[in-house]
Amino acid sequence: MRMTTDDRSLGLAAAGGDAAAFASLLERHYDRMFGLAFRLTGIQAEAEDLTQDICAALPSKIRAYRGEAAFSTWLYRVVVNAAHDRRRRQATHRKAAQGWGDWEVNRVAANAEAADAQDWLQTAMASLPETLRDTLALVLDDMNHAEVGAVMGISEGTVSWRVSEAKKHLRALKEKETT
Amino acid sequence: MTDDLDDLRKAMKAATPAPDASAKANNIALAQKNFADLQGSGAVARPKSNRIWTGVKAMFSTMTTRGGLVASTALIAIGFVALNPQLLEFGAQPEAVTLPASVDPEPLEMAAEDRFTGAVVLEEAAPAGTLAAPQATSKRLQRTAESYDWPETRIYPQPAPRPSIVLPDADALTPGPVIEGDTEAFPEAAATPLKITAEEPVSTFSIDVDTTSYAVVRNSLMNGQLPPREAVRVEEMVNYFPYAYPAPVGDAPFQPTVTAAETPWNPGTQLVHIGLQGAEVTERPPLNLVFLIDTSGSMQAANKLPLLKQSFRLMLSQLRPEDEVSIVTYAGSAGQVLEPTPAGERSVILAALDRLEAGGGTAGQAGLQQAYDVAKGMSAEGEVSRVILATDGDFNVGLSDPDALKDFIADKRDSGTYLSVLGFGRGNLDDATMQALAQNGNGQAAYIDTLSEAQKVLVDQLTGALFPIVDDVKVQVEFNPARIAEYRLIGYETRALRREDFNNDRVDAGEIGAGHTVTAIYEVTPVGSDAVLSDPLRYGDAVAGDPEAEIGFLKLRYKAPGEDESALIETVLPEVSELGSEAQFAVAIAGFAQLLRDESAVLDWDYADAIALANGAKGDDPFGYRAEAVSLMRLAQSLSE
Repeated sequence: MRMTTDDRSLGLAAAGGDAAAFASLLERHYDRMFGLAFRLTGIQAEAEDLTQDICAALPSKIRAYRGEAAFSTWLYRVVVNAAHDRRRRQATHRKAAQGWGDWEVNRVAANAEAADAQDWLQTAMASLPETLRDTLALVLDDMNHAEVGAVMGISEGTVSWRVSEAKKHLRALKEKETT
Repeated sequence: MTDDLDDLRKAMKAATPAPDASAKANNIALAQKNFADLQGSGAVARPKSNRIWTGVKAMFSTMTTRGGLVASTALIAIGFVALNPQLLEFGAQPEAVTLPASVDPEPLEMAAEDRFTGAVVLEEAAPAGTLAAPQATSKRLQRTAESYDWPETRIYPQPAPRPSIVLPDADALTPGPVIEGDTEAFPEAAATPLKITAEEPVSTFSIDVDTTSYAVVRNSLMNGQLPPREAVRVEEMVNYFPYAYPAPVGDAPFQPTVTAAETPWNPGTQLVHIGLQGAEVTERPPLNLVFLIDTSGSMQAANKLPLLKQSFRLMLSQLRPEDEVSIVTYAGSAGQVLEPTPAGERSVILAALDRLEAGGGTAGQAGLQQAYDVAKGMSAEGEVSRVILATDGDFNVGLSDPDALKDFIADKRDSGTYLSVLGFGRGNLDDATMQALAQNGNGQAAYIDTLSEAQKVLVDQLTGALFPIVDDVKVQVEFNPARIAEYRLIGYETRALRREDFNNDRVDAGEIGAGHTVTAIYEVTPVGSDAVLSDPLRYGDAVAGDPEAEIGFLKLRYKAPGEDESALIETVLPEVSELGSEAQFAVAIAGFAQLLRDESAVLDWDYADAIALANGAKGDDPFGYRAEAVSLMRLAQSLSE
């Protein structure tokens, strides 16, 4: 019975405190959540941590779910916001601890280099500005532009524009590589 | 869509890893636990008015600084208004949920809702942005890895961060409850696994006199949080306490005492308790101390540089006129701020201490080099030289090349200069680096969170901390497989040695200071006991060993300070008897530490048992350390419920 219930009903039940509904939602969506976390961060360890953050916070967040959007859209929005918050906090942290920050920046640079060597994807994603990257992360998750717009809180047109911008970036990158 | 995106999509599909199965299980469990906690015990929604007040109460109890209290009062005022609408919505919600009929996409108005009510309230209530408290249900969330919804919590997860409370630093000189974000790094070590005697009859380790772990655990508990598991090192908890083991007689530098007894937490096993008591020194050689002080910007907090100054002031009174003190600081650049000065000239030293100010980045390696150079210049025949590094862990030395740093320290160790590491403050305490430094530099790591801890480390136990009486103490126990089926060394995970290292005098190990005690405990399972966990092999040979012989044999190696060759002490492990009250207290602490680590070995035991055992063995306790331990156990008991 529970298995055939749609996400939205489950979401509403979970918002009302139904633990079983919450559990089956998690079970259903965990992998996609993690996948998106990876697409947003590009590093598995980061994605694991981000997913953990989200799992820890989800129980109180879900109480605000009103069924106004499809559950997956709502959940994706939570993931995108969590990724933003995480980035923001890390930026503040880097600013606050200078010595550590420099070291961290160097370390990240070294990591990036290693990854570059084996992974064109990494370079491509890293070369994009943050907003474009996030948009692309969602588009590559097989969502249409309207859905992506709903998740990001922007219009469908903006999504399309961003995607074409991202494509321009990628084309330029390819040209640079081949020359 | 066009080709270039399809390429990317394919690459992305290929690159996206499957979620880690165990992380997934943990995360789902975490989410469900948080969910359940949020709902109260039942799975069905019900009015939650109580919860809000419990939460506020819990918040109060975790805040003790004046600033914290002022801020939390403001929180209640605003928090109540902000939480109330939620109350109305959720409290009044019927248990049967009405479902909307259709599944049409609607425009989203998520932005505002998407923040936690609690977090928004906090941001408004504390505009300074320094106060971030857990949301109303904080108490139950404390063991979780929750960290997402607290603004200004700095996250740099090494181990999974546990929640932290950030209080303003403004309330100077209350070095208690300031915990910052999570750049803390603890060495990762799983509990030493159970060994099967027939397969591995010999166990070898180096002694450890660090006490960091106990102080870190205390700091966490005092702030109303269970400590991170990896911060709990059983041997450091046990060795934090002085024990009155039988003293050595004659010229012996230390005296081992071995007892075996029933295990309090498992009726089927026994404990082998090994206590080493170092000799007291009456005549001590002159001492050359180089304080290497981290004055980087992060040391500004009240529980760091100011506490450090107070601590060193306390320590100065313990020094003798013939001792010499020098101060080297490291921040943006390293520099000597006090030439070697006889300890008798207190005012000169105190003035130099007072001039220290925090600011700038951290150039640890240069500082360390200079400190060792100064120490070398000060040392003379028959004197003891020691570098005392005081840092909050923003010690970025050799991060470009950690091995070079270890080699550097190990090299200086051979020159006869000792190194002690004192950790201050929480938040970016790099426990792992501190451990590595102290272990490689013939030294001791301690964590100082309060002035009374400074009193313990730098005044009460100063002689032991600064005057090693034996170096490189290694312990090796061989169990008789005909008597003991399985054994387990409790703690000492980061101190394990290879069997062949025992006789290799070039392999470094821990020191015993004057009057120090060191304790190690094995849990052993006799052959034939119900508690034997492993089945006998079907095709293996019959177990060798003599069932008539003793249960095992203990060997100790140590070097006199400055010597290259080790001496050997050997003794037979005794048969089961009763633990003395000193050993019993050590066992209570070992059990407590294992409870904090959630270890399966103590599943049938709980904090109440540990408290009862410790209470029965408090002994003289002239400094009140043991009484404090019992109150920490009680705190942990409440927090874990």
